Amino acid sequence: MQDYFRQYGLLVIFVAIAIGMPIGMLSLSLLAQRFKVRPSRSSEVKRAAYESGMPPMSPKPTLFNIRYYQYALLFVVFDVETVFLYPWAVKYGVMTQQFGLVALGAMLVFLGVLTVPYLYAWRKRALEWQ
Amino acid sequence: MPTFLDNSWFRNIYCNLVENDSARCASGGWFGDGILPNNLAWLAYTVAAFVICFAILNALLGSVIVYIWAWRRVFARFQRRSGPNRWGPFGMLTTVADAIKTMFKEDVVPAEADRLIFNIAPVLMVVPVFMVFAVIPFGAGTFFVDLNVGILFIIAVTSGSVLAVVMAAYGSANRVAIFSGMRSVALLMSYEIPMAISVIGAVMVAGSLSLGRIVEAQDVPFIIVMPLGFLVFAICALAESNQTPFDIAEAESELGSGYLNDYSSMKFGMFYLAEFAAGIAAAAIITTVFLSGWRGWWPIPSQFWFFGKMGAVLFGMMWIRFTWPRLRPDQVMGLAWKGLFELTLINLLSTGIMVAVFADEEAPGDLFSANELWIMAAVNWVVFVVSIWAIGKVLAPKPYRAAMLEAPVQLYPVGVDEMPAVKAAGAAD
Repeated sequence: MQDYFRQYGLLVIFVAIAIGMPIGMLSLSLLAQRFKVRPSRSSEVKRAAYESGMPPMSPKPTLFNIRYYQYALLFVVFDVETVFLYPWAVKYGVMTQQFGLVALGAMLVFLGVLTVPYLYAWRKRALEWQ
Repeated sequence: MPTFLDNSWFRNIYCNLVENDSARCASGGWFGDGILPNNLAWLAYTVAAFVICFAILNALLGSVIVYIWAWRRVFARFQRRSGPNRWGPFGMLTTVADAIKTMFKEDVVPAEADRLIFNIAPVLMVVPVFMVFAVIPFGAGTFFVDLNVGILFIIAVTSGSVLAVVMAAYGSANRVAIFSGMRSVALLMSYEIPMAISVIGAVMVAGSLSLGRIVEAQDVPFIIVMPLGFLVFAICALAESNQTPFDIAEAESELGSGYLNDYSSMKFGMFYLAEFAAGIAAAAIITTVFLSGWRGWWPIPSQFWFFGKMGAVLFGMMWIRFTWPRLRPDQVMGLAWKGLFELTLINLLSTGIMVAVFADEEAPGDLFSANELWIMAAVNWVVFVVSIWAIGKVLAPKPYRAAMLEAPVQLYPVGVDEMPAVKAAGAAD
C-alpha cells in the first residue's frame, strides 16, 4: 500500500520537473533579453495580428459555426462510453470465468443502446463536415 | 504490481545513497554503502526520483534534436535533395544551432493578445507530452513508475493538449489562429475516441492497464494478434500528433502555421518541441502496446530492442508524412466517426469473444499462452480483411461522373436571380 502512494509521489515529482523544464527554458530566453543578447525592438507593425502580411482587416471572430458544437456533443456522449469500457475491459478475463459470454453480452447491450444515437447522428448527417 | 525496488534505476541510485538498508539493498550499491543514515531514506528516495526524472526528460530533449535532424535528412532524401549537410558531420549540428538561435530570437507579443493565456499555452502544450514518458517502460526494470492505470493515464494526460491548443488560438487573438484552433480541437476530440477504444483490445487480453503487464502479456506482439486495433491506434496517434495526412490545423497553404502564427522566439520553440516530442511519444506508446515493447531475443539488451522498434515506428511515421497528401477536413472527420469508430468496435467484439473462449481453461488473471495468441491472431486477421473491405465499401466516394450528374446544376454567376447571401461579418469558418 505504501508503494502505491509512493508511485503517485513519484508522479508529482515528474510533473514538477515537466512543468519546471519549459518554464526554465522560457525564463532563460527572457534572461537573455535582460542581458541584451536577445533583441527587443517592438513596434506597432510587429505587434499587429498576422494576416498574411497585410494590415489586419477583419474583426476578431466571435461567432462560431454550429458544427463544432455538434462535434463537442458527440464527443461527450462517446467519451463517457469509453470511460465505462475501461474497468469492464480490465476485469473481463476474470468475469468470463464466472459468467461466460454474459459478461460480453452485458457490454453489448450497453454498446447497443449507444449505437442508436450513433446511427441517428449518422442519419442526420451530424458526422459529416457540412 | 511491481514495487519500486523492481526498478533497477531506482535500486542502483537508492542503494548507493542510503547507509545500511539491508532489507531493501541486499548487496549494497556499486560503491558499498552510501552516506545517508537510515532515517533519511526518504531523502535518498526523492533524490533518486529527481535524478531519473531529469535524465529521462533531458534524454527526450536530446532525442528530439536528433529526431528533427533525421526528419530533415530523410525528408530531403525522399525529395532527392541533400538536406542539411553543413554543420557538423552529416549536418548533425544544424538542429542544435536552430535550437540556440530560437532561444535568442526577439519575442513579439501581439497587441490584442490575452497575455496570460498567450504565455501559459506553450508550457501547457509541452507538459502532457513529457508526462507520457513517466509511465513508459524503456527496458526490463527500466521505467520511472509502472502505474496500475498506465494506459489510462497516458490517454487522460494527452487530452490536455487540446486545452493548450484552444488557449494558444484564443490567446493570440488572431483570426487565422482561431480558425485553426477550432479545427484542431474538432480533430483532436474526434480521434480521441477511437484511440481510447482501440487500446481496450490490448487491455482485455493483458487483463491490466499497467504498461509493464501489457508488455509481459505479449508472447506474440499485439500487432499480429489484433491488427485492427493497431491500425486504428496508429492512425489516431498520427492525427493526435498533428502529422501530415491530418495536419489540417497547420495547413500552410490555408492558415499559415495555424495557431502558432503569432508565436515567436522560445514560445514558438516550445510548440516545435511539443510537436516532435509528441511524435516520439506516439512511437513509444505504439511500441509498448503493440510491438511487445522491450521484449526481444537474448544477446541484445532490452533497452536496445525498445529504441530500435521505436526508431522503426518513427521511420514509418516519417514515410507516411512525406508521401501522403493532406486530407480535407470533411475527409478527416468522416474517417474518424464513420470508419475508425466502427473498426474499433469490431475489434472489441472479436477480441472479446476470443478472450471469453480461451479464458475458460485458465486460472483467473493468468496470461494467455503463445499458442492461444496465435489462434486469436488468425481469427483477427480474417476479421481485419473482411471489415476493412466492408468499411471501404461504406465510405467509398461516389465516382466523380455519377456525383456530378446527381448534383443540382449550379449556374452561378450566370442565370442566378439573386446573389447568395453574404456570410455574417466575423463568423468563423
